[in-house]
Amino acid sequence: MLYREAGDFKTSYAEDNQTFPIKFDRYAYYLLLVAAFGVVPFFINDYWANAVLVPFLIYAIATIGLNILIGYCGQLSLGTGGFMAVGAFASYKLMTAFPEVSIIVHILLAGGITALVGMAFGLPSLRIKGFYLAVATLAAQFFLVWLFNRVPWFYNYSASGQISAPERSVFGINVTGPNVDAWAQYMVCLVFVFASAWLARNLTRGTMGRSWMAIRDMDIAAEIIGVNPLKAKLTAFAVSSFFIGIAGALLFTVYLGAAEVGEAFGIQKSFLVLFMVIIGGLGSIFGSFAGAAFMVLLPVLLKNVLVGGMNWPTDVAAHFQFVIVGALIIAFLILEPHGLAQLWRVAKEKLRLWPFPH
Amino acid sequence: MSAEFYYGVEVFLNGLMAGVMYSLVALGFVLIFKASGIFNYAQGVMALFAAMTLVGLQTGQVPFSHLINATFGVHITHFGWELPALVAIFLTVLVMILFAFLVERLVLKHLVNQEPIILFMATIGLAYFMEGFGDLMWGSDIKKLDVGIPQGGNVWVENHTAFLGGDDFYGFYLDTLDIIAALVAIVLVTVLVLFSQYTKTGRALRAVADDHQAALSVGISLRTIWVIVWSIAGFVALVAGIMWGSKSGVQFSLSLIALKALPVLMLGGFTSIPGAIVGGLIIGVGEKMFDFLIGSPYLGGATENWFAYVLALLFLVFRPQGLFGEKIIERV
Repeated sequence: MLYREAGDFKTSYAEDNQTFPIKFDRYAYYLLLVAAFGVVPFFINDYWANAVLVPFLIYAIATIGLNILIGYCGQLSLGTGGFMAVGAFASYKLMTAFPEVSIIVHILLAGGITALVGMAFGLPSLRIKGFYLAVATLAAQFFLVWLFNRVPWFYNYSASGQISAPERSVFGINVTGPNVDAWAQYMVCLVFVFASAWLARNLTRGTMGRSWMAIRDMDIAAEIIGVNPLKAKLTAFAVSSFFIGIAGALLFTVYLGAAEVGEAFGIQKSFLVLFMVIIGGLGSIFGSFAGAAFMVLLPVLLKNVLVGGMNWPTDVAAHFQFVIVGALIIAFLILEPHGLAQLWRVAKEKLRLWPFPH
Repeated sequence: MSAEFYYGVEVFLNGLMAGVMYSLVALGFVLIFKASGIFNYAQGVMALFAAMTLVGLQTGQVPFSHLINATFGVHITHFGWELPALVAIFLTVLVMILFAFLVERLVLKHLVNQEPIILFMATIGLAYFMEGFGDLMWGSDIKKLDVGIPQGGNVWVENHTAFLGGDDFYGFYLDTLDIIAALVAIVLVTVLVLFSQYTKTGRALRAVADDHQAALSVGISLRTIWVIVWSIAGFVALVAGIMWGSKSGVQFSLSLIALKALPVLMLGGFTSIPGAIVGGLIIGVGEKMFDFLIGSPYLGGATENWFAYVLALLFLVFRPQGLFGEKIIERV
């Protein structure tokens, strides 16, 4: 009834090609933006920011990045943790080397540096694909973590081998360091998420995104119709790593504050982001958000139910969480290989006809 | 010859022994990949799970004791009996066969004809599931696995090689466990090769590996074959789990050897049993020698973590099918 396209007339090409062609979607999107920017910051508290919202936003950026590589360009990568570490360490080095420059610039630069590293490790993708490429990116993961562990220059020769974010502010408001308000953390991440999603959405439906998808669907055919595989694959690696680098930088500076590379950016992180992509849906920006929300909320929910509700010890609950995550991934692959995004699409199709299905 | 040289040889021999361990894990991968085209990421966790089950059965632990205690407020941990090692191993093999059956029933059956990448991700999910399940069932503490394999430096080898070097050389230090592992691996490979060459089931396995549809059309049941293959892989995982578990205790890090087996496969090729062995040996020797000659003196040590991957990476660029793999890899 409410959700329909009848009566929603388009009079220009621009209107016809917009991201949300249905009026209801568009207004829902504007409403969400208003709520996210204008309402949530006033009601957010430390628990919600730390347990749910900030990690969700940061992982959403990383998931968008990985989704570009896997979902849009079809190149499997298991090096996400390593690339996030590059972003984190790049932002750390920049922050300590040039304290007078704004942290926003540093985070963007960290993304740029990660893009370069990602392109370097993406070079093997020109010769290999599938599992073989996954192993190549696994090499990136282990090599990068080893590098940040072993070369003291990266962590400024600190005794513990940890990096910790110095205090920095944007417009006079602290965003990193120990004295930071929940809403400030949230706002910084939100701005980056909004910009990333907007950028990713528009890149993926432009020339670049189309050439990625052509490579994904069939590389030989893509080459024949004039898509340059070298360019398409390397740009996919660069753009993907750029987002992942920004996510890594935000995770370290804004969320964690201090990080030890093996612990914060280990292979587990790569798998976590990969699961977000699979559960959310390959090749969908909305799916990236859904997957990130799901994987961030699931542990919180399980912990509340199992530890809070049933009084289980935390270690049993943690094991149970593994069981559930594993079972869910298998279930998703069997029942809905296209993830939450596909469920959402199906729901929308149904809603358009509701309540008159014929 | 100087003592330095002999230390080098000792590192080489230890690398060979470590390589045998990698080969054992890689073997499980190759078996499953050949028969079903699935890259089974859960192989490492299977080794962990098998080792945990073995310890649990041997010491008479109550399964899910943590969970039961938490739910009903009781305190039970052990049944109070201990099983002899051989009986426990036999029971564990049964558990692994049951596991293979369940995997086929609940997972693989539904994923027939999906892309390999989807199947790969499903095995990652399986790995997560088993990891949590194993911990729930037997607890996550580090367990000591003892099935009666002697450990420690082998005195015989040490005494009989001491004469090689000068006064400051005391003979090669080799772990007895490693030597036994090497022998077991040799026996295992021989048995597997004989099995696949000379038995009816073995022939069926090879037929499935060659061509699924042709195998189906001559009346070989794919589903039975898959159960058999996963059972064999479970058995290999158990052997690997016993060896690694006796060496360094049964703990989470055991499951990470799966990741070490990846470069082994790259080197040996995904479809070759001898390739898994040779690849494992090359990786084992390569990483130990690299650390000994270049890593420790110049790069600050601990290069073992990534050397194997970088070696595999170089290999991929020049010979993507591995040393012994079939040359059917799709090149871009």
